[in-house]
Formats: sequence, C-alpha cells, structure tokens
Amino acid sequence: MTRDLLVPSVQVTVPPFTERREITLLGFWIYLLSDAIIFACLFATYAVLHVNTFGGPGARDLFSLPYVLLETFVLLVSSFTAGLGALAAYRGNARQVLGWFSVTLLLGLAFLSLEAHEFVGLVAGGHGPAQSGFLSSYFTLVGTHGLHVALGSFWMLFMLIAVYLRGLTETNVRRLTMLSLFWHFLDVIWIFIFTIVYLLPFIK
Amino acid sequence: MTMLGRLTFAALEQGPIVFAAQMLVLFGALGVAALITYLKRWKWLWNEYLTSLDAKKIGIMYLVVAAVMLVRGGIDALMMRAQQAVAVGNNAGYLPPEHFAQVFTGHGVIMIFFVAMPLMFGIMNVILPVMLGTRDVAYPFLNSVSFYLFTAGAALVMASLVIGQFATTGWTAYPPLSELAYSPGVGVDYYIWALQISGIGTLLAGINFIVTILKKRAPGMSLMKMPMYAWTVLGSMMLVVTAFPVLTATLGLLTLDRYLGMHFFTAGGGGNMMMYVNLFWAWGHPEVYILVLPAFGVFSEVVATFSGKRLFGYTSMVIATMAITILSWLVWLHHFFTMGAGADVNAFFGIMTMIIAIPTGVKIFNWLFTMYRGRVRFTTPMRWFLGFVALFTIGGMAGVLMAVPPADFELHESLFLVAHFHTMIVSGVLFGDFAALAYWFPKVFGFTLSEKWGIRAFWAWTVGFMLAFIPLYVLGFMGATRRLDHYPAGLGWNPLFIVAGVGALVIASGVVCQAIQLYVSIRDRRKNRDLTGDPWDGRTLEWSTPSPVPFYNFARTPIVAIRDPFWAVKYGLAPQTPENDYLSIELPRGSGLGLVIGGAAFAFAFAMVWHIWWLVMLGALVMLGALFVRFLDEDTESIISADTLRRFDTATV
Repeated sequence: MTRDLLVPSVQVTVPPFTERREITLLGFWIYLLSDAIIFACLFATYAVLHVNTFGGPGARDLFSLPYVLLETFVLLVSSFTAGLGALAAYRGNARQVLGWFSVTLLLGLAFLSLEAHEFVGLVAGGHGPAQSGFLSSYFTLVGTHGLHVALGSFWMLFMLIAVYLRGLTETNVRRLTMLSLFWHFLDVIWIFIFTIVYLLPFIK
Repeated sequence: MTMLGRLTFAALEQGPIVFAAQMLVLFGALGVAALITYLKRWKWLWNEYLTSLDAKKIGIMYLVVAAVMLVRGGIDALMMRAQQAVAVGNNAGYLPPEHFAQVFTGHGVIMIFFVAMPLMFGIMNVILPVMLGTRDVAYPFLNSVSFYLFTAGAALVMASLVIGQFATTGWTAYPPLSELAYSPGVGVDYYIWALQISGIGTLLAGINFIVTILKKRAPGMSLMKMPMYAWTVLGSMMLVVTAFPVLTATLGLLTLDRYLGMHFFTAGGGGNMMMYVNLFWAWGHPEVYILVLPAFGVFSEVVATFSGKRLFGYTSMVIATMAITILSWLVWLHHFFTMGAGADVNAFFGIMTMIIAIPTGVKIFNWLFTMYRGRVRFTTPMRWFLGFVALFTIGGMAGVLMAVPPADFELHESLFLVAHFHTMIVSGVLFGDFAALAYWFPKVFGFTLSEKWGIRAFWAWTVGFMLAFIPLYVLGFMGATRRLDHYPAGLGWNPLFIVAGVGALVIASGVVCQAIQLYVSIRDRRKNRDLTGDPWDGRTLEWSTPSPVPFYNFARTPIVAIRDPFWAVKYGLAPQTPENDYLSIELPRGSGLGLVIGGAAFAFAFAMVWHIWWLVMLGALVMLGALFVRFLDEDTESIISADTLRRFDTATV
C-alpha cells in the first residue's frame, strides 16, 4: 500500500519569496481580464442589437467618422504619454512623472469632453438610449468605456497628488504601473469600439 | 419625491404568513444581538472576527452566514413542498400564487448564491492557505471586502423578506417577465442588487485565490505537487474571474432596462430577450462547475486520507479538472435547446454536454480506484463521499439524457430537470461541503465533531433526498412542470408530491441532526480535543500544524519535496526536509474598513431598490472614502519577531 509512494529527489530549490509588486500586478492583470470580459459581453450585445433600430436611425445616420478619428487620436496620444510617465517612474524621475501624467490626464479629460459632446448631441436630437435596442447597446458600450476613462482620470488625479506629496515610493510606483496598464487597456478597448461601432457601418 | 423614495408603510403590511417571517427575522436578529450583549462578547467579536483579516476567521464568518441562509432556504423548500402536497383540485393550498412565486425564487437564489457559494468560500478561506503552506491569502484586505460585499447581498435578500417583496420571476429572472412592464415592484430590483453586490465580492475573491495559489505556495511545492483540492479551487476560481463578469454585465443591462428605460431585453423597442437568456447561462453554466469543482477537490482529499492511500491517477485528475474548467464554457446553450437555434447549434451543444461527462467519469473512477485495496475507514466524511458517488451518478446520467436535444424538448422546464439539478448540486456540492466540514472541523476548532450524529445526519439527508427527488423524476415524465402552485386532481400526481413532501421533512431532520451534532460536539469538546493536530492520519500540510491552527499558520515556512508531504515524512517515505530557521514575519493588521464598505454597499443597494437617491449618493461616497483611507494608509502590517514565533511554537508543541 505504501510502496506506491515514490520517493523523489530531495533537491529542493528554495525560491525567494515572491515580492509584493509581482503579486499585486498578477492580480491586476486578472482584474483586467475580467473587465475585458464585461466589455466582451457588451460587444456581443451590440453585435446582436445594432440592427434593431426600431424604425429609428442607424449607425450610418448618426456617426461622423472625422469626429471619432479626433477622439481616437486624443486617446492614443494619451496612452503614449502615460507610457512615458510609467518609464519615468521606473527611472525614479518624479518631475517627469508629474509632467507626463498631467498631460495624460488633460488628454483623458479632452477625450471625455468630446464623447460627452457627442452623447449630448444625440440625446438633443431625440436619439437617446431609450429610443431603440441599437441605441441602448451603443450608449452602454461606449458609455461604459467612457466611465472607465473617467474613473481612470480620478485615479490619475489621486496618483498625481500622491506622487507630489510622497514622491516615488514603492507603493506609488506600483500603483502607477497598474494605472498605466489600465490606461493602455482602455486604449485597446477603444480600438475595438472604433472599428466595430464606428468604422464597420461605413465600410458596408 | 419624498425622502424615502417609493418606500412607504405599505411595504411592511403583507398578511399573516409574511408577518410571521418578518417577526422571525427581526427577533432572530435582535435575539442574537441580545445574546452577544448578555455574554459581553461585542468587543471580542469586533476584534477577533469582524475586523480580522485572517483568512481562517473570514472563512468561519462565511460558514456562519451560510448556515443561517441554509435554514432560510430550507424553510422555503418546506413551504413549497407543503403547498404542492395539498394544492390539488379544489384546494388552492395555503400560499397565494404571488407569495408562492417569491418562495421558489428566494429558494433558488438563496441556495445557489448564499448557501453553496459561502460554504465553498468559507472552506477555501479556512483551509487552502494552510494546505499550501502559506500564512495568508494574497490580498487579506480584499478578502475582507469580498466577504462583506457577499454578506451585504445576503442581508439584502433577508431585508426583502421584511420590507417589500422579493422577485416572483424564478431565480433566473428571465425577461420580459423581469422587465419593468411586467414586474413593476421592488422584487426584481432586490434580486438584481443582491446578486450584483455579492457577485462583485465573489469576483474579487476569485482574483484573490488565483493569485494565492499561483504565487503564495510553500517553497518546493510545484504545481504538480499541490494537493488536489488546490487544483480544483484553481479551476473553479478561473471560472469565477471569467464567468462572473458576464453576470455583472447581464444584471447591469437589466438594470439599465428597468431604471433608464433602455431596450436590451424588452418585448418591444428593439430588445432581444434571448440575449439575456444566453448571457445568463454563459455565466450560469460555469457557475455550476464553480460550485462543484472544489467539492471534487474535497472528495479527493477525503478519499485518499480515509483509504490510507495516495490519490489514484493524480495527473489524470489534474487534466480532468482543467478539461472540465474549459468545457464548462462550451455547454451553456443546453439550458435552452428550445430557443430554436437550429439543429446544428443544438447538436454541437448536446455533444459538448455529453463530452463533459467524460472527465467527470474519470474522476469518479479515480476515487473508486483510490479506495480499491485501501484500508477504508467509514467516517462521516467518507460516508458523504459514498452517498455522493451513488446520487451523483444517477443525476449525471439524467443530465446526459437531457443533453439529447429531442429528449430535452420533452423534459424542458419539467420536474425531471428540477430533480436532475438538485441531485447534482445537493449530492455534488452540498455533500462535498459537509464532508469538508466534518473533515477539517478539528483543524479549525481543535476538537472533532460527533461521529454518531454525523452519520445520522448523513442517513437522514441521503434517504430524505431520495424520497424527495425520485418522485420528481417520475412526475417530470408524467408531465409536471416546475413552479406549479396548483394542479388539477385526477392526474395521479398528488401521491408523488406527498412522498416528496415527506422526503423534505426527512431532509429537515438531517439538518436538525447537524444542529444536534454541533451542540453535542461543543458540549463534549474537552473529551474530543485533537491534541496531535492530525486526527485522521492526514497527508497534506495542514495536518502538520497544531489544531486549531495558530494565527500565523506556520512558525517556520515549510519546505515541500513531494506530493502529500506530511504523510511521506510521517512514515519515513521521504527524508525530513531541512527546516527553515525562525524568521520575523509580517501579518496584516485588522481593519474595520471592509465592514464599512460592506455596510455602505448594503445602504447603496437598498437605496437603489427603493429609489432613495440621497442614500445612493451617500453609500457610494462612503465606499469610495473608505477605499481612499485604505490607499493612504501605508502601514497595514504588523511584524511578529522570530523570537516570539519560536516561543509560541515551542509552547504549542
């Protein structure tokens, strides 16, 4: 009975204890995965409902490609500056961190204003989210992304204050790393929104 | 718009049966509070449990909430069985349809979300870190937040019993019935927010346990040296972090329909109600495996220990666990073959459903081969396992039968289906959790549970289960559908419903046996103390610690060289690994902020249900504020010196 317990080699290499930064980052990656799945559900819903215009206007009637291209550029540039900010954090340059993330925050707010302007225009034209299944899914998908950008902006403001007051402590660098991951993630989501929601209807 | 939104006194006045339930909840809560005050235990409770970030303590709190909710869900079950036993022909039964609908909805929601889930998380919290040879989970504070968000959801369901109504839609809350047009009351809103809040807690806990398993294992414990339980938890938690976001999104869309007049799932306006059904089961089917995989892990530990043999086919067990994890994502459509997706789609999902039975069968055979030629000890946990094998196999075969789409067209939404999934969840999940409780109880509390009453509970549950559910299989074939509050005489159903009702009473006597078991065991705790830390001749690391496990788990970090390390060293089958020296350790300091966040989440959700907008804002602000306070606090750990640890360790040995 006990013979089937194979005796292994006793060679045990003791790995150094995994550091806190690594543990936190893995958890954050998994959070991003789960958030991506929320977006996947919203994309799937949009894919099903975008034809259900219920007699109202469709995507081609409502969206303007040049305007969305502007939004896209603002967000992409903000991702670039966020990346520069994160690199500065790794180098330990607090001034550059404050500079680059301030630019990123301004670009994020500019993106939010552009999006808010678009939404207000649609609602003012009588095409609010309650008009049809298509508009419900459009507002929810794009709006959820916008909500994430807004939360990311708050977080960035918080981090700017934290870095200003406490400098680039270990905690702050770890959180800046997560923040820049979050920001790039929102960029990736936007690329899909840009392609599927805005670009596809004009190609067909 | 008043201060209290749409909340008025009318929400409290709902007739005699509900009044009795309201009083039960109120006096139950007041009674517990009075008892704690009488025993002068508030401070102890606050310091030792409510603000604790120790996974073991959080696990115990999960189990307490699960026990309370099991009683609530069980009373719902008895009420349904009583109604269906009498409501035949001219007799309308004692429950009006509106109330009956709330009872079956509440029963389903409570048993899945607020009994099965907390039992699973409670056991995981209590034992998994110790099993992995680590001191805590990856994120102790997040763990506390998860628990309190879950508890806020459970409290919301209980609140719906006292103030207003619960949903009448069934636990799946299919639209368009769950839409504002057909369910204008607060019931569906209670449902949405209870699930949304507790679901987010579950999602966070999922992240926590994946990282714990991947990053916090004792040195030397490679993935393939982990106890089987850790593998099954890993599979289950991978499903949590991928499936629960789907639930979050789905409930979010239903919320937008109900609160902002959108048209995701409405009958008009370009909505598509089948979108809801697809999304719901894209979460719902993985959820079944989220619940059952850890139970499979428990059985793997229990069978190996009580057969005195290592687990048969460890590698195939790992492969089967991961196969189930992946396949469980590819079967959701079998919950609604009748949608009419077409023969090709139905055939795909039917075949996938049958395929998932294969890894499950591998597991059953591995357990049986583990027992084969072992010295089997028929303890309570082992009996739960044997009951599970018998019932689960029956239920599994019923499932494979329904995986055939043409058969499903006949059996869809019948009592056959109800009998099938109860067999799977009660024998698979609940029996697994009961086995785990009996098995690990001494490790947590330092004394063993009464075997006599444990075995009585086992027989009451098993016999009661067969009495309650075998009639439902038959009734399903006879055409009885689920959720009937009344049926005509002359169908020949009534005798079978009466037998099922008797079965429910026998199951209830099993719960009574468990309560007596707990009482008797606590009374005789000095006699049944576990002085060795290893009452069952165990195999894995948790049995190498004293019982109950000290707050720091391990004074010295264990080093693992082999699977079942404790057993191997105990019997001289593997050389004693070199022990680490005592080192100073950091443990998280207690924090009441998790409780604050949970309380604010409850207030937020309650206010959303009743449209009390100022309280919605306040709840949200308090939640954010608590998070900020936590983020600003960089001093969250306390240090225990190597000397203190050595002193503790030598004192306990």
